[in-house]
Amino acid sequence: MTETSVPSPVVVHRRPAVSDRLRWIFGALILLGLGYWLISAAVDEPERFAQVTVIGLSNGMIYALVALGYTLVYGIIELINFAHGDIFMLGTLQTQSIFADGSLQIPLLFFVISVPLGTAATVSSSGLEKTYAIAMALTVSVVFCLAINAAIERIGYKPLRGQPRLAPLITAIGFSFILQGIGLSWKGEGRIAIPQLIPDTVLIGEGGTLLDFGSFPYYTVRDLMVLLITAPVLIALTLLIQRSKPGKAMRATAQDRDAAAMMGISVDRTISFTFALGGAIAGAGGVVYALYVGTTYFQLGFRLGLIAFTSAVLGGIGNLSGAVLGGVLIGLVAAYNDGFGDARWTYTVIFTILILILVFRPSGLLGERTPEGQ
Amino acid sequence: MTSTEATGARARVGGVLASWERWLPWLLLAIALTYPFWYDVWPFTILTLDALGLELDVVIFMVVYVMLALGLNVVVGFAGLLDLGYVAFFALGAYSVGWFASDKFSGTEFHLLSNAAEGAAGIHLNLWLVLLLGGVITAIAGVIIGWPTLRLRGDYLAIVTLGFGEIIPDVFRNADKLPVPGGVQAGPPFIDFTNVNLTNGVRGVRSLDRPGFGDKLDSLTAGALPERFSGIELKPWYFTIVFMVLIAVFVIRRLERSKMGRAWVAVREDEIAASAMGVPLMRTKLWAYGIGAIFGGIVGAYYGSFIGSVFPTSFSFAISILVLVMVVVGGMGNIYGVMLGALVLEYLNFKGLQKIGDGINNAIDLVGIDQTVDIPRYKTLIFGLLLVTMMLLRPEGMIPSARRKAELHEEEDLIEPDVYDDLYDVRREGA
Repeated sequence: MTETSVPSPVVVHRRPAVSDRLRWIFGALILLGLGYWLISAAVDEPERFAQVTVIGLSNGMIYALVALGYTLVYGIIELINFAHGDIFMLGTLQTQSIFADGSLQIPLLFFVISVPLGTAATVSSSGLEKTYAIAMALTVSVVFCLAINAAIERIGYKPLRGQPRLAPLITAIGFSFILQGIGLSWKGEGRIAIPQLIPDTVLIGEGGTLLDFGSFPYYTVRDLMVLLITAPVLIALTLLIQRSKPGKAMRATAQDRDAAAMMGISVDRTISFTFALGGAIAGAGGVVYALYVGTTYFQLGFRLGLIAFTSAVLGGIGNLSGAVLGGVLIGLVAAYNDGFGDARWTYTVIFTILILILVFRPSGLLGERTPEGQ
Repeated sequence: MTSTEATGARARVGGVLASWERWLPWLLLAIALTYPFWYDVWPFTILTLDALGLELDVVIFMVVYVMLALGLNVVVGFAGLLDLGYVAFFALGAYSVGWFASDKFSGTEFHLLSNAAEGAAGIHLNLWLVLLLGGVITAIAGVIIGWPTLRLRGDYLAIVTLGFGEIIPDVFRNADKLPVPGGVQAGPPFIDFTNVNLTNGVRGVRSLDRPGFGDKLDSLTAGALPERFSGIELKPWYFTIVFMVLIAVFVIRRLERSKMGRAWVAVREDEIAASAMGVPLMRTKLWAYGIGAIFGGIVGAYYGSFIGSVFPTSFSFAISILVLVMVVVGGMGNIYGVMLGALVLEYLNFKGLQKIGDGINNAIDLVGIDQTVDIPRYKTLIFGLLLVTMMLLRPEGMIPSARRKAELHEEEDLIEPDVYDDLYDVRREGA
């Protein structure tokens, strides 16, 4: 009746074996080309290659944090939450307020409610001040993004459940625009600087404090920070989903909503919980991004969100480890293209990957069952 | 669909119209065709210019978007394929003027029935041909893009089209120097592509040709059909785009009731059932996508020529979304709704919000508060709010398509939604 709601037990798009083989040949050719290019780059300039790899890994982990939000929500209600990237953007803006203005801010369009927390800090602040600032930033940004995502779900998506799938998707685009408008009215148009709390000290590499390896790749404190925040978040998330009761409810709802409901799981509450969880991870991602990159602006969420979505699709949307893998891979690809290709084409490369994946292997690398790839 | 709803929908589709529905289109058509002659005459200027600021160029932009929305409506409204990258076709159309009717490729000199100066460098085709060519190019692009991607359903298709919508302006921005990976450039089997310049990058292509009717018609009609459209006299531009929209409306109305149009509805409603009934899925979708692309390309070419220059920055994702909002807010699947949506929203986008902001600021000044509100700045926010409220309160749009309205409200007549939610629901059983 309504569009795209019935999954096809009948395989509608069965293609003949010839085109299947062509797909494999095509895919193999692309991979071979890519491999050749990377290996030749690694052989020519091994040090730069390693350094670019470090950058790619750190960026990739940030993408992974954002991608997790997409994948969680998609896994459970098959909605591409377009607003997710913008929630992440609001997280970076909130972090900026915490570090630069030392206050928690709640943007209400024409004015901003500001709660001073005394968290203003710069790179020269004492260690205690910085730790306090970062801890507050993580707490506030996580709660802030969690609240927004949960509110959006409550206002925008919940009433549309059972409607054609186009309806919540369009609402999501609308929310994305609303959040961008909020960001614009909050911090203005231009790129804004975020105080760099973490110094750019080299840990491993030339003049490194840990290991001095000549001109070996630079691994800085900032890269370490990304790892130190991302890894616990990922572990906590995995534990939450694999071990806890709400996690079990989430998995059940994702697998079969009606069966879950029959087993006494409150499907609505589980979905709201998923959105809150996704928002929280986006908030943490916002802090990491703010600490690592140091600038932000109100349209950050759109493209970064798309990249993160690409990561989620690459890894297999709905699959948590897939999102992390995809994030890291996309981070690496972007970094290699920046470093050895032409940085102007990085977005084109990423979106081309997105399209190729969707066309040739919609279930992604670690794909689970998706509406496209059975 | 309950049986009463179904017959209601069928009756409307079959052409039982209220009396106002008969004469209103003709009245609006008359207003549209005569607008340039009375909008700047005194008693009317109070409304057209002073209150609304509907200068002729504003109206032309509004009608350009009407055409875009009509094209996207074929894709989204009729065939139910969510296309988030429609701007790609618009851009491609505009750039085809840049390629085939300007001095972009100044290395060659090729004129074909063009009104460009004798001996001017570059490729100069007659602009009417370029409009058609824009349609052809985008149709080819539409088939190339659509052929591998239209197999995907729903939101995956949306993402792929969004990807294309992002890639194509990016390519236009960067194609002044084609990419060649570092080590490859020098190797003998690879041609050195670095000096190929297709689009002038961010500098854009400037001084595009304008359409015209040739000097014979010009002298015969004493300038009513000018040899070359000017940037000052906008009436010919206006009538051209209105004429294009009329053709589009005619074509789309014919298509809607054709076999193809019914196939689109069938695919939109239920792909599997349609396929089982013998509707060729890919061909049907590809036609919808291609026809949408053609409209986008033709109007893109017109737009490029009217603006006189094309820049990659003019074709952002925001335009895709704006056109989509027009279709959704106007009433997906109903061409009159879509046209209304396009007129209202492009007016607000281009002029209206600024006018409203000025009004508010003047009112604030009168009260004596020294503060200004910058309404156009909140454009994205306002459109976002509009989209969300529309989807929540009136998902069928301002002027809904009868069939769509019946679908969106079908549950209300069946059972209380809450009870309905708890029933085993095959339709909603996600995957």
